[in-house]
Amino acid sequence: MKKIYQKPVITKLQTGFMNKFGSSPLYARKVRTDIDGVPISELVEKFGSPLFVISEKQLREKYRQIYSAFTNRYPNVQFGWSYKTNYLKAVCAVLHQEGAIAEVVSEFEYEKARNMGIEGKDIIFNGPHKTINALKRAALEGAKIHIDHFDEITDLEHIADEIGKQIKVAIRINMDTGIHPQWDRFGFNLETGQALDAVKRIASGGKLVLNGLHCHIGTFILEPEAYGKEVEKMVKFAYEIEDNFGFKIEYLDIGGGFPSKNRLKGTYLPPDVAVPPVEEFAEKITDSLYSNLRPGDFPKLILETGRAIVDEAGYLITTVFASKRLPDGRKAYIADAGVNLLFTAFWYKFNIEIDREVQGSNEPSVIYGPLCMNIDIIDEGTMLPPLKRGTRLIFSPVGAYNNTQWMQFIEYRPNVVMVMEDQTVEIIREKEDLSDIERRERLPDRLKIK
Amino acid sequence: MNRIKQLAINEEGFVFDPLTGDSFTVNQTGLFILQKLKEGKETEQIVKELTEEFEVSQEEAERDLIDFVEKLRSYRLL
Repeated sequence: MKKIYQKPVITKLQTGFMNKFGSSPLYARKVRTDIDGVPISELVEKFGSPLFVISEKQLREKYRQIYSAFTNRYPNVQFGWSYKTNYLKAVCAVLHQEGAIAEVVSEFEYEKARNMGIEGKDIIFNGPHKTINALKRAALEGAKIHIDHFDEITDLEHIADEIGKQIKVAIRINMDTGIHPQWDRFGFNLETGQALDAVKRIASGGKLVLNGLHCHIGTFILEPEAYGKEVEKMVKFAYEIEDNFGFKIEYLDIGGGFPSKNRLKGTYLPPDVAVPPVEEFAEKITDSLYSNLRPGDFPKLILETGRAIVDEAGYLITTVFASKRLPDGRKAYIADAGVNLLFTAFWYKFNIEIDREVQGSNEPSVIYGPLCMNIDIIDEGTMLPPLKRGTRLIFSPVGAYNNTQWMQFIEYRPNVVMVMEDQTVEIIREKEDLSDIERRERLPDRLKIK
Repeated sequence: MNRIKQLAINEEGFVFDPLTGDSFTVNQTGLFILQKLKEGKETEQIVKELTEEFEVSQEEAERDLIDFVEKLRSYRLL
């Protein structure tokens, strides 16, 4: 009778050092055999690897959790789905079904929302580059246009002349909320008086009607108090505008930037500890509203939360294609997906799960992607047991920004599937082939290879 | 000079390198390979013995042996 085989492992014993891997002791590892009850093996067999998987159940649950955190505390709340975070139609459709309007930041995204069947009045139009054509369409369709700069005020006034009516607008403002880095490149700065100048300019033109304020303080904000500050400043500014210019500020759009349970690189604490629950953010925001609003005044509170809703609903299944030993002794794995599909790997250290139990102790490992680029690293230092070729690694949370920022570089983009609430699986974006990549190319006749 | 021969290896998989003072642990398979290397056996022979001793294919044993030897090199034990 032969003995059971374990891959050979040798580990140097070190004393006097902290365990720098914190939550990953030598033998701790995470195994995931299914997503919402659908086996990983079945998913890969049917739809290939790599494979993006989005859970409808988790998407809806997260939306409802965050939405109710606010509606339980304030009577007038509207969510705008941040298209740029994930604009796959199926994802948008689920969130529109849940009640979100669309928040778009470009002409392309505006067209996408309209194409989904969202009416202009249910589209928030943000962004620093709104073409004249897009602005005109948005104005005619009654979208919520959030002005980013003085040139946009001029553009909109010309459009108002052209269409012969006043246009309702909001302005985006930026401010110091005590967090770093302070986002100051979008909108008009509050503290320098630039935002007030914008209001004066709008009032003197007489062609635009200011009815909202918008602000977005940053991304992956871990400090709820920053939102409290933001809201306080917005409400005070809104009353200053109402009292001095006669505009009625009907809504305050406080943007997004709420964190998901992801781990920013360089963060020691695991996300369960580092990321405050959404209820804490909601509490600070609504406390600040009630402390600063005048009695009986409940302007609409709009939130554009993106990452916090979709990130944890997304998984990427990859396959170990090969392994090698680096000169410094670390183990390196080459996966069939890299930064081409996981753009957010540049900032986040993902949760890595293995599709099976593996024998052998963990060792320091690096996970590379398939690209011929030195920067194609999904994880530059994690503890993994010795993995066989063909082992599946499941990365999460990856629902935010990857399906919009991924790049088509030397590889095709894979299938994206949604595990539906009834555990059926639907392809929501088919994997690419050569025709998708070459469809827009034109080869001049004289260059054709005879 | 094959430094493996200088290593003190006990049956539980504790390895001491008297030259540097470093200590290591190896699992059962690692220990098996270290002992064979200490005896001066060649790669082919060790792969053969691995497949006789353990439930493993020749291909996997060969691949893992190469990897293990590279790891020993990184620790400067070879």
